[in-house]
Amino acid sequence: MHYLLNPWPWYVSGPLIALVMALLLYFGKTFGMSSNLRTMCSIAGAGKFIDFFKFNWKDQIWNLTVVLGSLIGGYIAVKFLSNDSVTNLNPTTVTELQIMGFKNPGITLVPNEIFALDALASPKALMLLVVGGLLVGFGTRYAGGCTSGHAILGLSSLQKPSLIAVIGFFIGGLIMANFIFPLIF
Amino acid sequence: MKFVKFLLIGIFFGIVLVKSEAVSWFRIYEMFRFQSFHMYGIIGTAIASGILFLQISKKGYIKSIKGANIFVPKKEKGLIRYIIGGIIFGFGWALIGTCPGPMYILLGAGVWSMLIVIAAAILGTFIYGILKDKLPH
Repeated sequence: MHYLLNPWPWYVSGPLIALVMALLLYFGKTFGMSSNLRTMCSIAGAGKFIDFFKFNWKDQIWNLTVVLGSLIGGYIAVKFLSNDSVTNLNPTTVTELQIMGFKNPGITLVPNEIFALDALASPKALMLLVVGGLLVGFGTRYAGGCTSGHAILGLSSLQKPSLIAVIGFFIGGLIMANFIFPLIF
Repeated sequence: MKFVKFLLIGIFFGIVLVKSEAVSWFRIYEMFRFQSFHMYGIIGTAIASGILFLQISKKGYIKSIKGANIFVPKKEKGLIRYIIGGIIFGFGWALIGTCPGPMYILLGAGVWSMLIVIAAAILGTFIYGILKDKLPH
């Protein structure tokens, strides 16, 4: 029980993520979470104006079901499979974030300064959520996949486009975390 | 009933991503600052296991439930869309610390603000759909 409730080590977690990918392939599907964003546009009726969203979204219900499951899984993990252990971050990371104004790095899954409901009163936090979401939603479709479709499935199947996309993910992420972040916070 | 297996896979996926701390905003920040091996370990072992699975299935030892070969869709050839789209995605990933899987998982974990992120991500995808034909690919 102790092992289950504590955070799981990387060498257990990685293969389990690959197992998710393998199960989906076994059932004749594919691993790609960002496709659901396109499906939701289609369900909302975007196909009436734009051909990109004109497809039979009912074929994607299986993937929306994975989304629903992951939501339930997130609830179960936090509610029943967690103890009060904190994320074992590098002390340098913690100090760095504290200097930038984040009070309790690693105590929660996400910083309250951006994600807590009372943080929404600050235009800055609200803007970060919206801009971040827009960038992820736009970028993932432009690149034709996200961490699951490109980094896990694409690289596992040794596809060059996915390698290029993942290099792009990291160029963007490194620039944001190392150069833009210090300007924002 | 045929969707039950996908619901279960999703539940498993959500649990794994929370317990591995891959949904932690702080872990993503730490990764992009090269201050921890944790996330690289997760992604690296996931890919290594994935390669192993796909190589074994390629040799015909693993078939799909219908008895067919394991099929992985091929990504279209290209460069600009992958590098530019990738960089834009990376900006967002580092900024809000979540990619398109963890946004739902964190919502389930009680982070209600994710509703705003998800709505914005759907809008971002919609904007791409509008601009698609004008963008270099």
